Amino acid sequence: MDFLITFLNGLSLGGIYAMIALGYTMVYGIAKMLNFAHGDIIMVGGYTILVFLWINPIVAIIASVIFCMLMGIVIEKVAYKPLRGASPLAVLITAIGVSYLLQSIAQMAFGSAPKFVVIADLGTLKIGEIAIGYSTIITLACSAVIMVGLNLFVKFSKTGRAMIAVSEDKGAAQLMGINVNNIIMITFAIGSALAALASLFFLLKAPTMTPTFGALPGIKAFTAAVIGGIGSIPGAMVGGLLLGVIECFAQAVPAIAPYTDAIEFSILIIILLVKPTGLLGKKRREKV
Amino acid sequence: MSDIVLQTKDLGISFGGLKAVSGVNLQIEKGEIYGLIGPNGAGKTTIFNLLTGVYQPTEGTFYLNGRELRKLSQEKINHAGIARTFQNIRLFNNMTVRRNVMVGLHNNPEFKCSMFESMFRLPKHFKCEKKMKERAVEILKIFDLEDEKDSLACNLPYGKQRKLEIARALATNPKLLLLDEPAAGMNPHETEDLRRTVQALREQFDITILLIEHDLKFVSGICDRITVLNFGTVIAEGNTKDALSDPEVIKAYIGK
Amino acid sequence: MSKDNKFMGFLKSFKWKKYINYIIIGGATIVLAILAATGVISDRSDRVLLEKIAISMILATSLSLVVGFLGELSLGHAGFMCVGAYLGGKIAALLAAPLGSGMLTLVISLVVGGLAAGLCGFIIGLPALRLKGDYLAITTLAFGEIVRTIFQNTSAESFGGAMGLPTPIFSDRKYFFVICFVMVLITLFVIQNLIRSKHGRAITAIRDNEIAAKATGINVTKYKLVGFIVAAVFAGFAGVLFSFTASSVQSSSFDYNYSIEMLVIVVLGGMGNINGSLIAAALITFLNTKLQTSLEGDMAVLKDLVYALVLIVIVVYSNSPKLKSFRDKYNLHNLFAKLSKNKHESDDTKRWDVVPTKIKMDALLSTDVVVNDPKPDKPDKAPKDSKEDK
Repeated sequence: MDFLITFLNGLSLGGIYAMIALGYTMVYGIAKMLNFAHGDIIMVGGYTILVFLWINPIVAIIASVIFCMLMGIVIEKVAYKPLRGASPLAVLITAIGVSYLLQSIAQMAFGSAPKFVVIADLGTLKIGEIAIGYSTIITLACSAVIMVGLNLFVKFSKTGRAMIAVSEDKGAAQLMGINVNNIIMITFAIGSALAALASLFFLLKAPTMTPTFGALPGIKAFTAAVIGGIGSIPGAMVGGLLLGVIECFAQAVPAIAPYTDAIEFSILIIILLVKPTGLLGKKRREKV
Repeated sequence: MSDIVLQTKDLGISFGGLKAVSGVNLQIEKGEIYGLIGPNGAGKTTIFNLLTGVYQPTEGTFYLNGRELRKLSQEKINHAGIARTFQNIRLFNNMTVRRNVMVGLHNNPEFKCSMFESMFRLPKHFKCEKKMKERAVEILKIFDLEDEKDSLACNLPYGKQRKLEIARALATNPKLLLLDEPAAGMNPHETEDLRRTVQALREQFDITILLIEHDLKFVSGICDRITVLNFGTVIAEGNTKDALSDPEVIKAYIGK
Repeated sequence: MSKDNKFMGFLKSFKWKKYINYIIIGGATIVLAILAATGVISDRSDRVLLEKIAISMILATSLSLVVGFLGELSLGHAGFMCVGAYLGGKIAALLAAPLGSGMLTLVISLVVGGLAAGLCGFIIGLPALRLKGDYLAITTLAFGEIVRTIFQNTSAESFGGAMGLPTPIFSDRKYFFVICFVMVLITLFVIQNLIRSKHGRAITAIRDNEIAAKATGINVTKYKLVGFIVAAVFAGFAGVLFSFTASSVQSSSFDYNYSIEMLVIVVLGGMGNINGSLIAAALITFLNTKLQTSLEGDMAVLKDLVYALVLIVIVVYSNSPKLKSFRDKYNLHNLFAKLSKNKHESDDTKRWDVVPTKIKMDALLSTDVVVNDPKPDKPDKAPKDSKEDK
């Protein structure tokens, strides 16, 4: 029974990781950049919920999603767009700068002490011996819906297919009449919205928020994206779920619980050594 | 037999199910300038990649002076005596011209100097650096590049970049030099210059040259023998004039 | 008379520019030693600041070897420092009773810490042979975090665990920053000599074009490992020095943010420009520490805010393709060129500090295991470039 509960918890945590990892992977696939500030968008989402919570939880969630989307677009326009075509390392450093900036603004606005953001007390579902938090179930259901929805969106909508085209070849996509700037903007908006939802689910699990809240989930989700093969949408989902399940099982065993992070990162290294482009990443051969 | 430098036996490779090259048997004699021609996508560069260890052959094997080189790594093959240039020039762009050549001299036993000796600046380091610099300039002189020795490789005009790449390959002291489209993108004047240089190389050094080229005038002016490829297989070989007038070859080039 | 001439001749042929960094840092070390001896620098915070600067200079120089010259993106440099700090600190703690915490203990700890970190450098160098770009970056980051987590969860008796490892403070703390600066000199000496030798040329060749390097007979495996090992050894040294300045070593000091800070220093200093890295290390550490101590409470965040803004502005300004023409018109290089008109740099040995600054960094950050490069690179670009230069 414990096994099942741990597994479900793992899947729900994995679902959140997958949501964040999707942001990394989509931005990477389309803008070819590592958005190091992506983790901090989660934090922005969390604080936005905190600010609007007095009205109504639903309003707070919607506000958080919209604010994060706008944030993602603004960051892209101000910090990353001027660097399009510049060296990727410069973009990476700028992203690091944006990450610091968001953290310090949050700290100035809300202080470094943890803030409690109780959205709703959902209670637990009890079926015989099994007791699962409703938050876990909701997270699982929502992440499943989001992933299926995103897949359908990318595969069947015009914008989604344009996204694939841009990620394959920016120049060719432009020649085919696709507005690359718009597509990049949409990608950032979707990624940031997913990050805002991720913050919601994190807060349902544990209702504390600090300015550096997004850093560790950000790194974990990045790890998940790389495990799955960065740039690949199914890869981010697989990587996220895998990482979440591993994390929950490692934490369930007291002897290895403190080493959870080390175990996750070791698995990343092992997977990369066996498959250098991640589980579902495409391998490209260099033309000599 | 001993004067055969390169011998390939049924050399081939397939990517997935696609046979890019198959059943190539070359026999190149010492001191020859040998041409490898064929239409685009015929597998010429793939053969170079097989001979230099970039790809591992899935069938057949090849020998340099009787030594089997299959399965060796790229650098080992270079140490064994095969050096190459690339179709799309690959220089060390942020290094000066002389330094590019000095990288080629890296493995020359004459300039042996351990990392320890370099880190702590023992006398051997200075001696070896000085000798390397001199040798590099000597090599650059052959290619008429000594005036540019201190400019960055990426700032050289195109023709000179091609020559520098040959110079760097030559610096590794090869027995067999593979030139991948050395005259591509050159004007007639530069091509003529290149022809003279390549011929001078053969005369001055103990070297055999295998080259890929699209410029048939260049090929017929310089190559002793050629092999013509199409769709990964040999369609003609022999001395240049005969092979070029082979009906199969004409068909491959201009269609029927 | 003739002896005099010979000496003058030596002075004239001596390439000042080539050794200027030794001279400046060596001079600074001597001046600082004198100031310390005469008691001018007696303030504890000044000494701590100088120690910090020296340590980050060592880290920046060693990281510069990997990122700027070998061309591999490493986000785990703090991990090597962590290994050095813990193992060196542990040895120092063990030796403190019989030997005291003086020079001898320091040297032994340095050897142990450096070797341990070097071993880790070898281990992390292995994946670097197969991985590139972001994949390598996340691997090195993961490595650093793994090392940190492991030390954090050791038992209290072995490495102190969550409480941190208690380490002895250098007995003559007053002069410790001088020793740190001597270590900077040693680091600079070894790494710069390595880079300015045939081996360094091989390393730079790998960065510029790995495929060509292989075809030219360069043993890529060997030199990649060498790069990682040498960098790790010196990061380990920095860790040992760090452990001697703090009464306890906390694993939280070595998280990935610290590695990122080092990367920022190297990038701001100019990729492949050791002098730039040194200057950036000194400046950023100085500003960081000063702002941290002068701003109180919640205002301390202001430092991060300013730091972040400056970072973004500098990087966007100096890299944006749109601002290129503006930069070309008004840049420091032109200013200096105007100020000193007698510039003739013909000897390519002098160009070490300018040449690789503008390396193509796309190769550093690409997902592909092997970089896909469909454009026939350079050919039509090169002549254009040379025209622009005129």
